[in-house]
Amino acid sequence: MKKEILSGNEAIARGFVDAGGRFAASYPGTPGTEALEELCRFPGIHAEWSINEKAALEAAVGASLSGIRSMASMKHVGVNAAADPLMTASYVGVNAGLVLMAADDPGMFSSQNEQDTRHFARMAKIPCIEPSDSQEAMDFTRLALELSEQFDTPVILRTTTRISHSRSVVTFFSREKKVTKEKRVMQINIPKYVMLPAYARERHKVIEKRLQKLEKWAEKASINQIIQGDGGPRPVYRQPVDRLGIIASGVSFQYARAAFPDARILKLGMTWPLPEQMIREFADSVEKLAIVEELDPFIEDAVRAMGVRVDFGKNVLPLTGELTPGMVFGAISGRRENESKTPVAGIPDRPPNLCPGCSHRGLFVVLSKLKTFVSGDIGCYTLGALEPFSAIHSVLCMGASVTMAHGISTGLKLRGIKRKPVAVIGDSTFLHSGITGLINLAYNGGDAIVVIMNNDTTGMTGGQEHPGTGRDARREKAPRVDIMGLCRACGLRVREIDAYDIGSLEAIFLEEMAARGPVVLVSNQPCALRYRLAKGPLEIDAEKCTGCLKCLKAGCIGLKTASEGGRKYVSVDKLMCSGCGICARLCKADAFMEARA
Amino acid sequence: MTGMNIVIAGVGGQGMTGMNIVIAGVGGQGILLAGRVIAEAALAEGFDVKQSEAHGMAQRGGSVVSHVRFGEEVFSPVIEPECCDLLIGFEPVEALRNIHFLKKDGNLVCNTRKTGSLAALAASKERPLDVEKILYSRLPDALLLDGTSLAAEAGDPRAINLVLLGAAARLLPIPCSRLEAVIKKSFSGNTLKINLKAFKMGRNFKK
Repeated sequence: MKKEILSGNEAIARGFVDAGGRFAASYPGTPGTEALEELCRFPGIHAEWSINEKAALEAAVGASLSGIRSMASMKHVGVNAAADPLMTASYVGVNAGLVLMAADDPGMFSSQNEQDTRHFARMAKIPCIEPSDSQEAMDFTRLALELSEQFDTPVILRTTTRISHSRSVVTFFSREKKVTKEKRVMQINIPKYVMLPAYARERHKVIEKRLQKLEKWAEKASINQIIQGDGGPRPVYRQPVDRLGIIASGVSFQYARAAFPDARILKLGMTWPLPEQMIREFADSVEKLAIVEELDPFIEDAVRAMGVRVDFGKNVLPLTGELTPGMVFGAISGRRENESKTPVAGIPDRPPNLCPGCSHRGLFVVLSKLKTFVSGDIGCYTLGALEPFSAIHSVLCMGASVTMAHGISTGLKLRGIKRKPVAVIGDSTFLHSGITGLINLAYNGGDAIVVIMNNDTTGMTGGQEHPGTGRDARREKAPRVDIMGLCRACGLRVREIDAYDIGSLEAIFLEEMAARGPVVLVSNQPCALRYRLAKGPLEIDAEKCTGCLKCLKAGCIGLKTASEGGRKYVSVDKLMCSGCGICARLCKADAFMEARA
Repeated sequence: MTGMNIVIAGVGGQGMTGMNIVIAGVGGQGILLAGRVIAEAALAEGFDVKQSEAHGMAQRGGSVVSHVRFGEEVFSPVIEPECCDLLIGFEPVEALRNIHFLKKDGNLVCNTRKTGSLAALAASKERPLDVEKILYSRLPDALLLDGTSLAAEAGDPRAINLVLLGAAARLLPIPCSRLEAVIKKSFSGNTLKINLKAFKMGRNFKK
C-alpha cells in the first residue's frame, strides 16, 4: 500500500491513468494547469495543449467516440470557451467515458471572475462530481469515467483552488488493474451524433430521462454519504448549535468538519443532480440545517426549491470569495471571535509584478507615456495595469483586447475623434482567441495598433508550450505557427519591434498613431523567466546618481532606493537584476554600468 | 486562546502531536519546496498531511504563503488565524503580514533580509518599517537570522529555503534525518551538496 502526497490536479491525472484514460486535452489556466502537466509524464497517453478550451473539449468528444476514455481539463472561465460544444455534447453523449475537469477559483487567486461551474452542469443537464481532497480527486476521476459510460453522458469533475492546489495523502491500493472493456470503435449512428433539429428534439427527451435516472443513482451512490461527527480526537467544546446538520461538498465539507466536529454532515460527492429523498430525510433527522458552500447558493437554492427549510446558508455565509473553517463556525454559531484576528496594519502590499528582464516592461514604459486607450488581455502583461505603468485600461477575457480595440476604434471614428487605440496580447492568448478577433478587425475596418508580445511561451501559468513555440506538451518538436505570417495572411501590415529599445519603440508608436489603417506590432523577445535569460547584472555609480528616481518608472524590483547623509540614490539588487537595461535607458545621468565581477 | 480554535485546528490526537506551519515569503524564494520537504518528512513519520499552496499570478514577485498541517487526521488544508504553531518567514515583511496566524505561544523563524517591492519603492519617502524590532517586540523568542548571507556562504544565495528549513528543524517533531532524506531525494549533484550545506548551516545557527 503505497502512500504519496499529491496535489488535487496530480491526483486527477493519476486517477485518469489508473482508469485507463488515453486522451487528455487542455489549455493552461490556474488553478487547473497541472492535471495535464502530470499526464505528460505518462507514456501511452495522448496529452496535448489544445489551442483553446473549445478545441480541447471537441477533441475529447471525438476521442470518446473513437472508443478511448478522454478528459478535457481547464480553469472555470475556460468552460465559457468550451460551453458551445458542452451544451450539445450533452445531447450526443459518449462512447467511451468523457470527463470535463473544471477548476474554479473562489477568491480569484489568478482569475478575472469567480463564476461557479456547477451552473454549467445544471444547464447542460449532466452530472457534477466534487472531490474534497486528493484521495477523492483520484478516486472520483475513475468514478466520473465509469458514470459517463454507464449513463452515456459527459461528466463535469469540478474542483476549486483549494482542491487543485492543496496537497494531501493519497493511498494507492494494490487493486487489480481493472481492465476497462475495450469500447467498440465509433459506429455510424446519425440520429445520435448529428444534431439536426429533428434528431436533437429526440435527443433532448433522452437526456431529460437520463437526468431522472441519474437522480435515482444519486440516492444510492456511496459518494453521497452521511458522516456523524464524534467530536474528533480532542472534543474540547460543546457544540453551540444543538443537533446541527450540514450539507456540504468539496473543500467546504472539510471546513464544515473542522468547524463542527460533532455535527452530522451530508457530504455530497455529486452536486448535480441532487438526491432529493436523501436530502429530505437528512433534513428531517436534524434540528437545524446548514448548507455550507462557496460562491453561489447552488445546493441551497435546489434544497429550498424542494420546500426544505434551510436555517443557515447564504443568509449568514458570503457569496463572494473563499470560506474558511473560522468563517463557517462564526456564521453558524453566531460567535465571531475570529473576526478580530486580522493582519497588522500599515504593511505595504506586495502585488505580483513583471519579472526582472521581462520584455513587457519596455512596452509598458512606452505605453504609459501615450495618451490613448489600451485594451489588455489575459496573461502576465495584465500586470501592465498596475503602478507605475497604469498602461492597460481594460481586461475582459481571452482575446478581447483585439476585438475591443476594434470596437473602440470604430466608436471613436463615428464620434469624429482621431485617436488610435492599442491592443496588447501575448502569443498564447493570441492563438487561443486573438486571431479570430484580428481577422474580424481586418475584415471590418478596425483601426487600431495591435501589439503581440510573443515571448515564446504561455508565461503566467508557468511556461507551457503552444502552437507558436514549435514544441508540443511533452516538449517535443512540433510544427510551428509563424505568428507574423499569420497576421499578414489576415491582410494586415506587420512590423517587428524590439521592446527593450524603448527609444525606438516610442518613435514607432508615435509614427503609427499618426498613420492611417491598422497595424500589428510583434515583439519576439523570449520570456526571461522560462528561458532563464540573464546577462550580467548592472550597477549604479552612486556618485553619478542624482536621485531623480526616473529609473523607477521601469517598475522593477531589482532596483532599491537608499539614502546617505540626506542624499537619495538608487542601487541595484544584483541577485535580482538580469541586466536587461530598460532602467538604464531611463537614466538621464548615465549612472548605470555593467557590474564589476 | 479560546477552545474553539483548538477544535478548528483539527490537528492531532493525544498520541501524536501534529503541527500547523505557515511559510511566508516572496514568489521565487523556494517556499513551495520547503513546504513539500516538511510534508514528505511528516508523511514518512506517520502523520496525515495537508498543504495549501499558491500558484499562478501570485508567484510573480508577489506575496506567497504555503500552509503545511500534519497530525493524526487533518481536515482543512488551510490554517486559521491564531492556530499556527510555527511561522517560517522567508522575508521579514511577509512574516509580519502573516503574524496574526501565530498562536500566542507560537514560534517564529525568520530571514532578516528584506526583499524590495514596488510598493516599498513608491513609499520610499516614508520612514521604512523597522520590521525586526516589531517582530522581536511581539515575539522575544523569535529566531531571526540573515538566511540570505548564510545561503551565499553555503554556495548559492538561492538556497535560502534550505537554511530556513534547517533553522526551523529544531522546532519540528520530525527527526532531521527524515528531512535530510527528503532533500537527498529531491536534488542531485552540486545543487544537493549546496542544499545540504545550507540545511546544516541553518541547523547549527545560534542566536
